[in-house]
Amino acid sequence: MTRAGSVRILVAAGLLLSLEICCRSGIINMTTMIPPSEMLGAIADLARSGRLLKESLPTFRNVTIAFVLAVGLGVIGGTVLHSLPRVRRVLDPLLASYYAVPFFALYPLFVVIFGLNDWPLIMIGIVFAGVAVVVSTLNGIDRVPPVLLKVARIYRMSRTAKVRLVILPAIALPLFTGIKLALAYSFIGILAGEFILASAGIGHAIAFAYDAFDNRTMYGLIAFTLILVTLMNMGLQACERLLLKGRSR
Amino acid sequence: MTLVREQGSPGSSGPSARPRELAPRSGPATVGASKLHAQLTGVTKLFPAPSGENPVHALGPIDMAVERGEFFAIVGPSGCGKSTLLDILAGLAAPTDGTVVFENKPISGAVPPGIGVVFQEDASFPWLTVWDNVAFGLRRAGLERGETTKRVEHWLRFMGLADFARAHPAHLSGGMRQRVCIARTLVLEPRMILLDEPFGALDQQTRLLMGDELLRLWRATGATVVLITHAIDEACMLADRVGVMTARPGRFADVAVTRWPGDRDSRIVSDPSFGQLTGRVWSILRDESIKAIGHAEGDIGGRSP
Ligand SMILES: Nc1ncnc2c1ncn2[C@@H]1O[C@H](COP(=O)(O)OP(=O)(O)O)[C@@H](O)[C@H]1O
Ligand SMILES: [Mg+2]
Repeated sequence: MTRAGSVRILVAAGLLLSLEICCRSGIINMTTMIPPSEMLGAIADLARSGRLLKESLPTFRNVTIAFVLAVGLGVIGGTVLHSLPRVRRVLDPLLASYYAVPFFALYPLFVVIFGLNDWPLIMIGIVFAGVAVVVSTLNGIDRVPPVLLKVARIYRMSRTAKVRLVILPAIALPLFTGIKLALAYSFIGILAGEFILASAGIGHAIAFAYDAFDNRTMYGLIAFTLILVTLMNMGLQACERLLLKGRSR
Repeated sequence: MTLVREQGSPGSSGPSARPRELAPRSGPATVGASKLHAQLTGVTKLFPAPSGENPVHALGPIDMAVERGEFFAIVGPSGCGKSTLLDILAGLAAPTDGTVVFENKPISGAVPPGIGVVFQEDASFPWLTVWDNVAFGLRRAGLERGETTKRVEHWLRFMGLADFARAHPAHLSGGMRQRVCIARTLVLEPRMILLDEPFGALDQQTRLLMGDELLRLWRATGATVVLITHAIDEACMLADRVGVMTARPGRFADVAVTRWPGDRDSRIVSDPSFGQLTGRVWSILRDESIKAIGHAEGDIGGRSP
């Protein structure tokens, strides 16, 4: 482990410990927040009762679908958009500040189009996460050295071969930034959607526990989500390191 | 490999042979039709300018003919259109006017098979190891594995890269990366090799030695070589003929025949006639370089040389 990595873990452990102490000593009211150890206990209880699996399955299914589609469609969309500079110029203002666009406002529209099922929720995740992938794809392709495209022509590559063998590997680094964002955004999109709109999933369960003043369950689920997202990000980072192995000094 | 090509005067092909008197404006660089390998006729290139301004007249009209197996060098002031000329000769860019013929077939819109290019910039694939970079073209061509391994290893050894086969380009020096690019080009056994200032980033000593390697591989492959360089000594030492370009829009101010023997190497720089040759090339290039610098002042936004 790197020095920075150990420092990070120490800082996180320190924060958790002080939170534990604050809660246990009554500095933080138990009805406001429960200590981290209690959260872990709550997660264990939820897991034992089978509720954890039941609530997280639909969320994970939807996040996975949204994430995979956002990355796939985002890369394709970004690549196509890059070859259409006029369309790109029209969309540029939107892409430059997409995070300011309230995509949740599209939910009723998606319900009208897809019906009352999981798809409106997934669509919000896709739109939210997909735009990040489109943007990073565009930025990546902009920065591909022109000489590499000349090399593609020397090897007489078709358009698809050029994308697969030169452009995608060349943009791997900026693209991965977009992919990491996409994971976070599809989670945010779907959890927030579940929070207000759905009848199942972790987001819905958290909202339900909140309404029922069930602090223990609510914090258990929140902690569970945080741990999972952190683990998934670490997994992505490991993929990134593997992919970029040897490519930089 | 024959050396004396034009105006052959028998018995004058030793390293001490005097270069041909440079005529003040000799005509197009032509060769006999039977040995013709590549030819540009009336080639001109204009780049469209950002809205409103005049287009950039980068090149020509230029005529050039390269013989099969010849080593042709091109020198010219920076920004005179050398890289543009190479792009057109390779089929990477279309001329605004004029025709390009390679092996009796006109080039249009695509790079014909048989042409290899080493670019001015580092063009290795950073995501592949040295070995995979060199093997890339052979794998794409579907060459059988054993043969691929044999050829890749041969060229890695030839270019002194055998110990770095598993390294990524990022871990190599600029000069070694350029050698990766040369190896990946040669492994495909091109019949014509175009090199655009391949040793631009190297120090003088390394450049001379790389020149020797280039001569060695020219002899080993029998390929036609077109070398673009800004270094007069490099051009005069390596080439059978040296085309000297004018300031932008580039044309040939002259084409000098060197008459070095086929087995020459960098030691030729100590030959008295070498100094004469470089002196003459410089006298033309000096005027053109002054013009080019004058040009550059009104020329903001152009591509770096
Ligand atoms: N794609 C381009 N668009 C506009 N101008 C260009 C382009 N490529 C080259 N030029 C211009 O054409 C001239 C010749 O460029 P280049 O062939 O790269 O010169 P050299 O290789 O001799 O240094 C320069 O003035 C350069 O600014
Ligand atoms: Mg150049």
